[in-house]
Amino acid sequence: MRHLLSAGDVSRDEANLILDTAEEMRSLADRPIKKLPALRGRTVVNLFFEDSTRTRISFEAAAKRLSADVINFSAKGSSVSKGESLKDTALTLQAMGADGVVCRHGSSGAPHLLANSGWLNGSVINAGDGTHEHPTQALLDAFTMRRHLGSLDGRRITIVGDVLHSRVARSNVLLLSTLGAEVTVVAPPTLLPVDMTAWPCATSYDLDAALPKSDAVMMLRVQRERMNDAFFPSAREYTRRYGLDVHRMAQLPDEAIVLHPGPMNRGMEISAEVADSTRSVIVEQVTNGVAIRMAVLYLLLSGSPDTSTDATTTEETTA
Amino acid sequence: MSPRPINTVLITGASIVGGEVADLLIDNGQIVAIGNDLGQNGLAQHGLAKEEVEVVEGKGLVALPGLVDLHTHLREPGREDAETVLTGTRAAALGGFTAVHAMANTDPVADTAGVVEQVWRLGREAGYCDVFPIGAVTVGLKGTQLAELGAMADSAARVRVFSDDGMCVWDAALMRRALEYVKAFGGVVAQHAQEPRLTQGAQMNEGALSGVLGLTGWPSVAEESIIARDILLNAHVGSKLHICHLSTKGSVAIVRAAKERGLDVTAEVTPHHLLLTEDLAASYNPVYKVNPPLRTREDVEAVREGLADGTIDIVATDHAPHPVEDKDCEWSAAAFGMTGLETALSVVQHAMIDTKVMTWAEVADRMSYRPAAIGQVTADHGQPLVVGAPANLTLVDPASQRTVVPGESASLSRNTPFDGMTLPGRVVATFLRGTPTVLDGKLAR
Repeated sequence: MRHLLSAGDVSRDEANLILDTAEEMRSLADRPIKKLPALRGRTVVNLFFEDSTRTRISFEAAAKRLSADVINFSAKGSSVSKGESLKDTALTLQAMGADGVVCRHGSSGAPHLLANSGWLNGSVINAGDGTHEHPTQALLDAFTMRRHLGSLDGRRITIVGDVLHSRVARSNVLLLSTLGAEVTVVAPPTLLPVDMTAWPCATSYDLDAALPKSDAVMMLRVQRERMNDAFFPSAREYTRRYGLDVHRMAQLPDEAIVLHPGPMNRGMEISAEVADSTRSVIVEQVTNGVAIRMAVLYLLLSGSPDTSTDATTTEETTA
Repeated sequence: MSPRPINTVLITGASIVGGEVADLLIDNGQIVAIGNDLGQNGLAQHGLAKEEVEVVEGKGLVALPGLVDLHTHLREPGREDAETVLTGTRAAALGGFTAVHAMANTDPVADTAGVVEQVWRLGREAGYCDVFPIGAVTVGLKGTQLAELGAMADSAARVRVFSDDGMCVWDAALMRRALEYVKAFGGVVAQHAQEPRLTQGAQMNEGALSGVLGLTGWPSVAEESIIARDILLNAHVGSKLHICHLSTKGSVAIVRAAKERGLDVTAEVTPHHLLLTEDLAASYNPVYKVNPPLRTREDVEAVREGLADGTIDIVATDHAPHPVEDKDCEWSAAAFGMTGLETALSVVQHAMIDTKVMTWAEVADRMSYRPAAIGQVTADHGQPLVVGAPANLTLVDPASQRTVVPGESASLSRNTPFDGMTLPGRVVATFLRGTPTVLDGKLAR
């Protein structure tokens, strides 16, 4: 793997390698010195075109624990409004010698473009692009579930909420199905893509029917503003039909866990009691996020630098 | 402008609209003779000496009436960094066109007699093909107030086609009034059929793929609902309605059903919708971003069938040049549109002729006769190649193959979706009223 753009590009073996590596990285968190020299001398750029403090600091902590040099490049706003294009930003990073570029962008496919444009040579890690994907979130979710449920093979996982606009849902459906889980997405019909035949999951409009058959339930953030576009009539009605409260939570099997990628709308898609309950692994997800991002950075960047260039030089010298 | 006007041309042994092989003698802007061995026997008859005549070898070539594009964005005035009337008409001539209709979404918008006359005059000065300005339906393309359609119709540009292309005349009452109003001067309203509320933020065809790619969908129904509405509105007021760049299977079915009922409507399809599919969006390369979006294989089959059976009247390029920076960026920030003048005939040959779905005679109908009739420019354009007709024609080498290289385009812009594709057919020569605009596949002047 050179880039991490889509959870769909990750094979089962690769996913397990990342999860196993993250397990080792996580053990580091319990030690007094939380730092490894693995990426010493490497530069990781956090290129964030959208505000996301949580994701950025998670990547920043991960890179620093691996001794990488970290540059935070916050370029909020679209290329058009900012006056500097994605291309110029990429060329700037290339000129500075970025080994890894962690990209968060409001436009679906922007990391894909960075990786394939030839503008820069570094590895590109998709840290969330538009309404497309957020693969490291899916990896940390899978990691968290695996720690609680063991192998995800045959496990029933329910993802609830604004699937249409959710990059978290897309990446999770792809990754969890690769890992053998049976995924069901639950949402009002307006918040599901119109044609989901290509998705390796089941769909349902009925949360109450899905919960008793769930080993894990992941609540997605739902923006209240969606109701202005008639995706649902009111926040209250959404909560009534698709929110997870203690009564609904009681329908879950005993060992089932509750996840949320954050930030939560307490009282909207998840009640405060559920978020703070013993089934909730939401805070743990954050801890695991650092371990997963360490694993991804390590696996993508720890090879010897510019191996291809070195090989060419050697060849020329011998010839 | 031209250093040495060529008045008299003898085209030898070309296949006339894909049929009989004959010589064509052109003099003073007209076809004066069609027959065999005109070089031996025909010249004297017309009072011409051999040395006065420029001979163009037509062996193996198909002679077509000069192509007429009903949908071209020339970008001037306002976006001369993307295209000018001069560069756009050069590209048109290289594509075999002798007339283009220039869309109104310039800056300022072509919504007054002043702007349409400017574009018309620029076209005459360029001299590569005739430029017929299209007038905006509403002031500033804003969809709220009718532009001065009559003033544009009465201007030197003699506008007959009106369109807010790029924007849909979404207000049903306004569309009704526009259709009614243009009856006074025999105008036609060309609708960009896109229900705006159903396509807010739309980026690509809505379907299985848009959901996976996380790109906001542009559903077929947003096109089809407007087409259905406008056909009914037009039936009610008895005017002339033309549908721009029809792109879906459902749209073909609606137009077909309307025509079967005897309702008056004409429709166009673009070359890119005849060939390309939405799958290309998976690359996130914005060169494939266009409005209406590339659709599915099923839609492509349907528009081909519609074009072949005459449901879709014409091919129109929707040539939409954009500067590099508007395409060299992330998908959602990129402009919609593709260039198409220089590749249109090749794409049609590839999609319709080489697949044995259509003949060259039918291509002449869909790309010259009918667009000229809809645009009401038949005085000079869209006439069969017969003695006495204006010498607007193009010669195509159908056996030739070429690989599309964006940098070789005469357009100022490089946003061709056919980059790197090998396509059949090559325009060898184009004549505008007898004067070559293209010879040996290159601009003649």
